[in-house]
Amino acid sequence: MDKKKLLDARSISITLNRLAQQLIENHGDFQNTVLIGLQTRGIYVLEKLVAILNANGVNKLASGTLDITFFRDDFRRRDSPLEPSMTKIDVLLEGKKVVFIDDVLYTGRSVRSAMDAVQSFGRPSEIELLVLIDRRFSRELPIQPDYVGEQVDSLAGDRVSVEWQDINASEDAVYLEKGIHE
Amino acid sequence: MSELSVNHLLGIKYLQSSDIQLIFDTAKQFKEVINRPIKKVPSLRDITVANLFFENSTRTRLSFELAEKRLSADVINFSAASSSVSKGETLIDTVNNILSMKVDMVVMRHPKPGAAYFLSQNVDSIIVNAGDGAHEHPTQALLDAFSIQERLGSLEGKKIAIVGDILHSRVALSNILCLQKMGAEVRVCGPSTLIPKHIESLGVKQSFNLRETLEWCDVANMLRVQHERQDLKYFPSIREYTQQYGIDKALLDSLGQKIVIMHPGPINRGVEISTDVADSDQSIILNQVENGVAIRMAVMYLLAAKKEMNFKA
Repeated sequence: MDKKKLLDARSISITLNRLAQQLIENHGDFQNTVLIGLQTRGIYVLEKLVAILNANGVNKLASGTLDITFFRDDFRRRDSPLEPSMTKIDVLLEGKKVVFIDDVLYTGRSVRSAMDAVQSFGRPSEIELLVLIDRRFSRELPIQPDYVGEQVDSLAGDRVSVEWQDINASEDAVYLEKGIHE
Repeated sequence: MSELSVNHLLGIKYLQSSDIQLIFDTAKQFKEVINRPIKKVPSLRDITVANLFFENSTRTRLSFELAEKRLSADVINFSAASSSVSKGETLIDTVNNILSMKVDMVVMRHPKPGAAYFLSQNVDSIIVNAGDGAHEHPTQALLDAFSIQERLGSLEGKKIAIVGDILHSRVALSNILCLQKMGAEVRVCGPSTLIPKHIESLGVKQSFNLRETLEWCDVANMLRVQHERQDLKYFPSIREYTQQYGIDKALLDSLGQKIVIMHPGPINRGVEISTDVADSDQSIILNQVENGVAIRMAVMYLLAAKKEMNFKA
């Protein structure tokens, strides 16, 4: 199978730094903002962003992780993951600005589930979406990101994966694997 | 995707240790859910659950009902006292009548051992056993084992004592099977009249001496004396039972190590357990109750996941 590297470690680092600056531009001192990493792979992007924001003088940063397993719309349609991951949100989100953080935006269904799930912690005043990779033209729901690292054109059978050195990869990288198309 | 190896929860006997671990992992996340400001998820919104209680129960029924509602299932309740069972209807007929009203899952407590298994063979529905006579009470065993694992980190190699009326207890059998599958060592302790004859064939040790048992164990699960199941006298008096097999603070404090105290409820304060022990920091009785909801959510969520959709594309 054809596997193409879309971003290497250096480009990812530049992209994340840009995203962090855009967040600072819109959220200032982050007083009323909570960054939420979507389980499972959004949390790695969250960790990187938090580190960059801290290095840029944003110290009082509220963040958490959200698991959407129980809110999925494909439960009992077989190949959905059953096993939930950790949700850790220690602050009430009532009236807060929430930024969802994920690695790849594809159909938009996870984000829809996340919008449902996050209501359990209060009613945010607004919700934004930050993704490292936006797979254009593949949305199944009317959902668009507010902050985009890189846009990618891909077909339905393709796979876009983000790998991190911290979790068993040789380097931080984004790959596009071409699938088999009819 | 890992899923349960069974389609019903009839007893711990039918579960593999990987099933139990999957239930624990799922329950851990449901425990987080039930501590949120809004304690509800939509997973089972297309599922209807019937709670059929042919035997009295308060906490188990409440716990199941709450678990169902937290999962957004629709719930109907049925108790034998107010039903046509008293008019001579058979179990299969009763259940099939209820299933005709489009019910997807049946949670049943019944005084006859094997009732849940019987039902699973004869009706087309997911069956969850909420206690069948003195046979099994699988969700209680799961929540007990989960609570121990939560407190001690693991069950592997842990020493668990089950104290009291073993003979009439479905909690005891399910607990023994569950704890053994998770690698714990189990010992039962009680008056010889209340310990079943061939209990050692299950691979558990028995003891008639409470102090010796408590010195040995990491966790003591104190069972209630089930007066309602006893048609004859198994011990001379409650007072004598308490002296021999009741645990009080003086006994607890005199032990070599700090053991964990459990009780499946309802507690007979001053009989098998004294008030100061039940309320001490070594007791995890109320954690058991909280974990009960999370465990039952996990069980019903995982069983529902195996059910075919009501509608197909």
